[in-house]
Amino acid sequence: MTDRKREEKIRCDACPVMCYIADGKIGACDRYANEGGKIVRCDPITILDRRLEAGGEVRPFLVSDWDGEVLNSGDLFVSGIGAGTTYPDYKPAPFIVSREVEGADFITVVTEAIYSYCGVKVKIDTDRHLGHEAATVRAAGEVIGHVTTSEYGSQMLSLGGVDHLTGGSKSEGRVTCDALLRLCNCEAVELTIDGGATVVVQAGQPPIVDGHREERMRVGCGSATIGMFASQWHGLVDEVVVVDDHITGVVSEHQAGKVLGWPDTGIRIKGRRSTPGRYFQVAKPGLGWGGTDITDPLTILNPWLDKKGARPGLTLLMVSTTGEQFGYYILDDNLEPQPAPLPDTLRASVDLIAENCEPALCTVMFAAGAGGSLRSGVTQNPVKLTRSVQALKTRVTCGGAPAFVWPGGGITLMVDVTQMPPGSFGYVPTPALVAPLEFTLKREDYRTLGGHDAAVRSISDILAHGGEYGSEFRTVGPKKDGT
Amino acid sequence: MQRAQATWLPDGKRLHLHHGPIDMIVGVTGPERDAALGRAVARFDTLLEELAAELPLLRQPTGRRPTSDTARRMHHATQPFVPQFITPMAAVAGAGADTILAAICNGSGITKAYVNNGGDVAFYLSEDQHMQAAITCDPPGHIRIRYADPVRGIATSGWRGRSHSFGIADSVTVLAATAAQADAAATMIANAVNLPDHPAIHRTPAKALAPDSDLGARIVTTHVGPLGPEDINTALSNGATFAARCQSRGLITGAAMVLCGQIRLVGSLPLVQQKESLDA
Repeated sequence: MTDRKREEKIRCDACPVMCYIADGKIGACDRYANEGGKIVRCDPITILDRRLEAGGEVRPFLVSDWDGEVLNSGDLFVSGIGAGTTYPDYKPAPFIVSREVEGADFITVVTEAIYSYCGVKVKIDTDRHLGHEAATVRAAGEVIGHVTTSEYGSQMLSLGGVDHLTGGSKSEGRVTCDALLRLCNCEAVELTIDGGATVVVQAGQPPIVDGHREERMRVGCGSATIGMFASQWHGLVDEVVVVDDHITGVVSEHQAGKVLGWPDTGIRIKGRRSTPGRYFQVAKPGLGWGGTDITDPLTILNPWLDKKGARPGLTLLMVSTTGEQFGYYILDDNLEPQPAPLPDTLRASVDLIAENCEPALCTVMFAAGAGGSLRSGVTQNPVKLTRSVQALKTRVTCGGAPAFVWPGGGITLMVDVTQMPPGSFGYVPTPALVAPLEFTLKREDYRTLGGHDAAVRSISDILAHGGEYGSEFRTVGPKKDGT
Repeated sequence: MQRAQATWLPDGKRLHLHHGPIDMIVGVTGPERDAALGRAVARFDTLLEELAAELPLLRQPTGRRPTSDTARRMHHATQPFVPQFITPMAAVAGAGADTILAAICNGSGITKAYVNNGGDVAFYLSEDQHMQAAITCDPPGHIRIRYADPVRGIATSGWRGRSHSFGIADSVTVLAATAAQADAAATMIANAVNLPDHPAIHRTPAKALAPDSDLGARIVTTHVGPLGPEDINTALSNGATFAARCQSRGLITGAAMVLCGQIRLVGSLPLVQQKESLDA
């Protein structure tokens, strides 16, 4: 009838200004927002509630909602988001929380940390050539990082860091901070690589390379693909070439073909032979077949040799490492391959390659040093915290997401930004990123390392009274059950 | 609805007054400090309600005179810029600070007092006292205002701040006789630091960002892309021309404009040489 739902501005009654706030916008105070038709506090301290499912509802936590039972079960975890911070950290962190976990009294030190030393490592699942190793990566024309050592099936970027944040020009620092902030908050950022591609990176989403959305990661290198599928091709086709920028595989020469007794075909591949049936550098890197620059696979073949087994009527399958590109050919009387329709019997194996490819994604790992003055917010003797983390007595999390801590000196951590609650990251004009950080350890260990024991509060007291920088809470479900 | 709140900052010396969009930090020294702070809290209690009652008028271009004392300060501070587009809201933060400062000073036994309303500051100095303020630029600049200086208000405006701007200045800091006058002038000078139709500057109608905005459908800055040295110079010169006119009309004492790391000064700014190192 007439109750059709339409997008409405709602009136905030938190103060006499009574702002009208549209969905997704914030009021004049920058404190209250319209989130899905409800007025919520925008910078609430975030509570991770294990009972809410991954990516679950975000709701303001009202003190009246709280039933004491929840806390005893250890489901709630106060995260650093919205906790506020002081800088430099000369006084106890905003929250030092005590809670019981399986009978033991645990201390969680909760703060938002300002990271002057921080950046992201980006893994982009694609074989497409994005740029040469050590090539410069730019955002909005400013240098923000570089291409680093590629991994199996993925191109890697190293972005941010202190040299770009504060070591370059003001504009470079600001653009770097902005790009890092957006990447860490799982927003899309367009990056250009000098002498390479333009790529749109968004954590948890497929990369978009020069306007082409990458769907699949390759199943393996060309040689690995031969190894996986040789037995399925045996008897259906006379030769298979898996085109790959790194290692192109040829089944008749490859060890996997040899063990099946695969006969020679007289095929000759351009490029540098590594071991039998495995070829490097069959073409230049690019955006074509298997991360090469070719669009016609026949260009990687030299004339066939009849004395090595080439004959008219010989059949050839050429396929890329994702199964996205393929071609079927039959040698004519001049021993030249002529295109022919792909037989259904082979179609299944091409589809199987595609099926075995994982979805291509961008992964953004926030990497930062938590070793500076913020440690004094946890303990009066900062190096003891470092030692406790290194001895695995103190657990480090960012917004409740487990952080990998590098062995060796300091507290250098990496965390998957998609595992952190939405909007975890902020910035200060230094420029530097602000991100939540929690240290969790046993209370006795906390006393031993010289912690601010007098500042310890119970989780129920935090919920009832809040902290120095606010008393509003929201609850979200942790992304992974690991709290 | 939440009431006005007054709490001590952790140092136990400064007062934090909060109500809706207003956050003020108040500091007072002198033998009658407690009584003065008591007057500040009492005055703050109704400040936002008084403003809210006249909001529709205060969001219109400056014209008809409003009723409450704070609203009149806003009107008075913005009036000299008419017929250029300006609403009393351009001086709301500074005028609020002036109102609270007036309450603090309505008694004796105060040597120094300040009311910092989100960066717009009104202050009182007795003889031999001075106020020191930092300007965010690289390296940070410090200003020292003495009793004899004709300045009792400092305000900062810019497109990155809380309120929207037509201009592109990262910040414009203005020294004037009152905080309301400094606030209004900072807004107008920040609007003048501009490069009309420059492709690196993104703009959006204000009401798309905030439906209640006093700026209505006027286009405000949302993003400033990379600018060349010539562009920066041109924009700062545009601002400086306007600021110099404000100074010659006696509306301001001085202004410091910052854009992409470049700073331009107009008028008299009692700068202090001070090097401050920031550790990571």
